[in-house]
Amino acid sequence: MTSQGPILQISDVSLVFGGVRALSDVSFSVQPGELFSIIGPNGAGKTSMLNCVSGRYTPTMGSVSFKGQDVTGLKPNDRAELGIGRTFQNLALFGHMNVLDNIMVGRHHLLKNNFVNGPLYWLGGAQKEELEHRRFCEDVIDFLEISHIRKATAGTLSYGLRKRVELARAVALRPDLILLDEPMAGMNLEEKEDMARFIIDLNEEWGMTVVMIEHDMGVVMDISNRVMVLDFGRKIAEGLPDEVMANKHVKKAYLGEEDDETDEDEQVA
Amino acid sequence: MAGFSIRPCGDFRTTYRQDTRIFDTTYIRNAAILGIFAVAMIPFVLDGYYVNLFIQISYFAIAALGLNILVGFTGQISLGHAAFFGFGAFASAWINNTTGIPVLLSIPLAGLMTAAVGMLFGLPAARIKGLYLAIATLAAQFILEDFFARAEWFTGGSYGAAANPINVFGYEIYDDFSFFYVALFFLVVMYLLGTNLMRTRDGRAFVAVRDHYLSAEIMGINLTKYRLMSFAISSFYAGVGGAMYGHYLGFVSAEGFTILLSIQFLGMIIIGGLGSVKGTLMGTVFMVLLPEVMESGVSALSVFEWASSTAVTDGLAYIKEMAIGLAIILFLIFEPDGLAHRWQQIRAYWKLYPFSY
Repeated sequence: MTSQGPILQISDVSLVFGGVRALSDVSFSVQPGELFSIIGPNGAGKTSMLNCVSGRYTPTMGSVSFKGQDVTGLKPNDRAELGIGRTFQNLALFGHMNVLDNIMVGRHHLLKNNFVNGPLYWLGGAQKEELEHRRFCEDVIDFLEISHIRKATAGTLSYGLRKRVELARAVALRPDLILLDEPMAGMNLEEKEDMARFIIDLNEEWGMTVVMIEHDMGVVMDISNRVMVLDFGRKIAEGLPDEVMANKHVKKAYLGEEDDETDEDEQVA
Repeated sequence: MAGFSIRPCGDFRTTYRQDTRIFDTTYIRNAAILGIFAVAMIPFVLDGYYVNLFIQISYFAIAALGLNILVGFTGQISLGHAAFFGFGAFASAWINNTTGIPVLLSIPLAGLMTAAVGMLFGLPAARIKGLYLAIATLAAQFILEDFFARAEWFTGGSYGAAANPINVFGYEIYDDFSFFYVALFFLVVMYLLGTNLMRTRDGRAFVAVRDHYLSAEIMGINLTKYRLMSFAISSFYAGVGGAMYGHYLGFVSAEGFTILLSIQFLGMIIIGGLGSVKGTLMGTVFMVLLPEVMESGVSALSVFEWASSTAVTDGLAYIKEMAIGLAIILFLIFEPDGLAHRWQQIRAYWKLYPFSY
């Protein structure tokens, strides 16, 4: 697995907005085929980290490399073509399009037809190409169990379904690395179970490397291969789920233990 | 829950090809084709007044579709559409007069030239949005108007430019009767191309840029490219519509392409429905016919003694102008999605009648 090197390599990334340091010298790497989770309290810089990977933010310092190629200066659309897909924490569907068209947008960089042969439709092969890609999108729709809503306008759907459509749209990109920003936020238990199953299948069956931000600790600990913890823009722990859970810095960040208590712990230890 | 589609019972789609058709059902498709044939009968059945109205509708509708692609589908704004419309008219006359390229070819060439100009003036769209972009395109309107008045080599300056009639295989089209069919041909072709554009890759990218530009970029869409492309395609349509207008009148003068016409184009797409190809046509029909209907209303009133005094007839002429403004305001309040949406609702009503659920 590690023979080909990490698929994603983050080196000393810092992100500064005016006087606010959103990220300070964060480094980590993700191996191909891994399911990697980023956790941390609110405002810890998790989404900023994901934005640096997907290209919405350019790191103030440090570099991001994907499949061995430095992508730090690339625009988001170029990174999508290289094979990075993502979903958003706050829903970002194309609200007036139907579900199917939303998913077809994901095929954008794989489709070849353009403003010349697209309008000619039947003559320039655009129809044939569209239908081929439609077939793939239908596979995604089947996989995510949203076939009953494929013609519904995306903006009219319930929250849980919209989250699922957003995942479908990112999967349609056929990325090698998929970034999921709180895929289960605001869902009930049943929807969470479905989503966890989809993420595992994406990772194992579809062969996508997953980087996920999630607040539900049960899910994170159950399905992740490795976990990284951010707090105030710094990486405070990284490792197997159990190791991370046992880490005292992590406990402190989450539970806010008093400083003197930790000192006692250290003395005892 | 399911999508908003009104289809008869038992009419199932079994292939993706069937599911991507332009028209919902074969019945609607046949009705549309029949409708085109019915329209083609107009010159035989109705008099020249109606033929002239249809020709007006066709070149305005083509230009309005361009504006709808820019405003309705891509979510940009342009207050300079009339200037591009005028540029197309001058460009086609100029190409035809200086190089002798036949008019039927110079019309699309003028469209391409206008597309290039539109892209130039669309450059600010790569950076700015909304009101600021509106002002930037307003600049395009005034710069081009000034250009029309001064560039005598191109437009003939204040004298205007002569535009030759369309020549189809050696047959000169100089009367309304034959121009009607040229107009109908262009209208059908341009609307088909527009419809196809919107159901393929680049059309989806436009709507994606409009609905959520940040996630559009994450999905691999180059925002700058698509914003500029939208301006180019929009101007192409304006240029083709303008070129038809020029060759229909036989003469192009700079006065016609003011901001008032730009606003009228915006009125057409707002009344018809932003982001609807079909609605664009409906809105254009509405905007072209509204003054005519008002006119006949005014002349119908003149049978009354009180209405035939000059004071009243003059006043009614102004009311005609105000009616356009009133129509836009009423549509914005009561039917912001335009005639296309209203039409959809009427269809749904009769489909489900008498059960409203």
